[in-house]
Amino acid sequence: MTNKVIHVLYNDDDILMDAVKKTRAAHHHIEEVYTPFPVHGLDKAMGLAPTRLAICSFLYGCVGLTVATAMLNYIMINDWPQDIGGKPSFSFIQNMPAFVPVMFEMTVFFAAHLMVITFYMRSKLWPFKEAENPDVRTTDDHFLIEVAAHGNVDEMVSFFENTGAVEVKVIEKH
Amino acid sequence: MYTFSSRLKTFSFVLMILGVLGIGYSFFTAPKTVEDVEKILAADSHHGGHGSHEGHAHEITTGEANATEVHGQDATEHAIHDKIEHKENLEKHVTGSHEVDSVGQPAHDTAHAEPVVAAHGATDHHADEALTGAGHNDAHHEHLEHVLHQLQNKPWAAVYVAAIFFMLISLGALAFYAIQNAAQAGWSPVLFRVMEGISAYLIPGAIIFFVLLLLGVFHVHHLFIWMDPEVVAEDHLIQGKSGYLNATFFIIRAVIFLGGWILYRQYARKNSLLQDDANDNLYYKKNFKAAATFLVFFIVSESIMSWDWIMSVDPHWYSTLFGWYVFASFFVSGITAIAMVTLYLKAKGYLEFVNTSHIHDLAKFMFGISVFWTYLWFSQFMLMWYADIPEEVTYFVTRIEHYNLPFFGMVVMNFVLPVIILINTDFKRLSWIVVLAGIIILCGHYIDFYNMIMPATVGDQWFIGAGEIGAILFFFGLFIFVVFTSLTKAPLLAKHNPYIEESKHFHY
Repeated sequence: MTNKVIHVLYNDDDILMDAVKKTRAAHHHIEEVYTPFPVHGLDKAMGLAPTRLAICSFLYGCVGLTVATAMLNYIMINDWPQDIGGKPSFSFIQNMPAFVPVMFEMTVFFAAHLMVITFYMRSKLWPFKEAENPDVRTTDDHFLIEVAAHGNVDEMVSFFENTGAVEVKVIEKH
Repeated sequence: MYTFSSRLKTFSFVLMILGVLGIGYSFFTAPKTVEDVEKILAADSHHGGHGSHEGHAHEITTGEANATEVHGQDATEHAIHDKIEHKENLEKHVTGSHEVDSVGQPAHDTAHAEPVVAAHGATDHHADEALTGAGHNDAHHEHLEHVLHQLQNKPWAAVYVAAIFFMLISLGALAFYAIQNAAQAGWSPVLFRVMEGISAYLIPGAIIFFVLLLLGVFHVHHLFIWMDPEVVAEDHLIQGKSGYLNATFFIIRAVIFLGGWILYRQYARKNSLLQDDANDNLYYKKNFKAAATFLVFFIVSESIMSWDWIMSVDPHWYSTLFGWYVFASFFVSGITAIAMVTLYLKAKGYLEFVNTSHIHDLAKFMFGISVFWTYLWFSQFMLMWYADIPEEVTYFVTRIEHYNLPFFGMVVMNFVLPVIILINTDFKRLSWIVVLAGIIILCGHYIDFYNMIMPATVGDQWFIGAGEIGAILFFFGLFIFVVFTSLTKAPLLAKHNPYIEESKHFHY
């Protein structure tokens, strides 16, 4: 069975936003939108679920804080509690101010890096990854909506031609 | 136009009356003579003794610990005290409290008696060695006088802390207003009238505060020990600073700073009102320039203000980032006050164009500046803790030993709770969350100012009682009255501000 999609190209982000709203209102399923730059409000217009990256980041930060605390407590207090310059190493809390810079940096380090890696994994980005853009112009000055073609394809094409598109193509997708 | 609801007005009057009663009560009950102090101290230890044997033993240990601590404080406060004499009179004091106790409590165990005997021994030993009986009594007397001064300072310090706190809240709001003007912020012009309303408190607040400073200069109260010629005569460190710390220059500086802030506030308010009916942006431009000029003046005056009015209660101590630290504390309080007044007016239906995005932005500022405050608090604390240089670290030693709960409690209130509550984007849009966080932040920063002033003025005699709460209530009532009266004087939406349209449609 062949899988047909319609590629609709626009050259203005305002027209794109309007088209996305009309498409949603007409209950056509938008597979993907390709834009050369972030279009403010596009995710809301498409009805995408909000990202949970911030929640991940918070949890990673908690991990970083735990790692730093456990590490410093083990090394400085439990394993070899030396007297270094008169700093009290009898308990963690007594020497804590000296550990705070490390605890802070580790929290930020974990939160930032693990979140970025999570982002790469969730958006499937890595070196030597094959680029997926369907039309090279979408990285420069064109916007593209990919819509699944069901039923009357000719009617859909005329619908999209009325949304201010500069080009409408029906593509066989494998 | 906003109309001051009669219920809120009554509420503010009730607060002021309760506040005056509380303040009056604390002045009335403050000890007048050394004999009063002796009675209070005796009653205190009597009380402790009846609790339990353990409690009493603890009492004595703390008493002895106090001997060294209070002595450490001595260096900062009363350089006149002699080392041996002071230790002596503390030991005598322990003995004295024991005698009172043994009358009221016939059956005490040996563990209880031992330290007292030791104290007796030490007293006798010292008496034989260095002091005559008469000298000994003098030392005891001096200790009582020291406590008397602390207890007499207490109601004054309570008023002083509340007065400076509320005045600086309105100054923080004014600084925020100036920053919004100078930065040509597009989101905040719908809040300008709220900020102007809050900054209206600066005028009565500054006048009351200035009167408090004058009372200090005229020796009505003794919050600033460097104003006391007897102390300065004995204290080489303060003598070295007297080129800066002298009453005349102190008052001149206060006049310049308070006057400069009020001048900017009045000028900006006037231009803001004139801009409402203007056909061009002349008054807006004037306000822009005034804001930029004010901010330069503000950061210099704010820094010096913090040395004068806060750091100089500990004239032997100094910290270079203190000005920033004080700034962060009242700046975040000012922003919180803006958010809370905005939410109140919004809830009453007076701020048509304020939406959750404006609240969200204010909450982000509350969050961010809270973290900034913590950064400065920790930087100041950690640098001194790490280096542990005696003349610097006494500041924190007295706070950690005598003010443990307020000192660390405020870090929880000003950092941990705001971070946990306000980190979530959705939460920052909920009124009740922002109000909850705001109450925590404002209480926390009151305690911050309390921690800055009290240890140097009342020492270990601190307590948040009638005087402190009364002073908060009084100034809170006055603050509400002045701010909301000012809000009735002008429409709550600044017309013809070049950014007002953008601000009305601001969404984030």
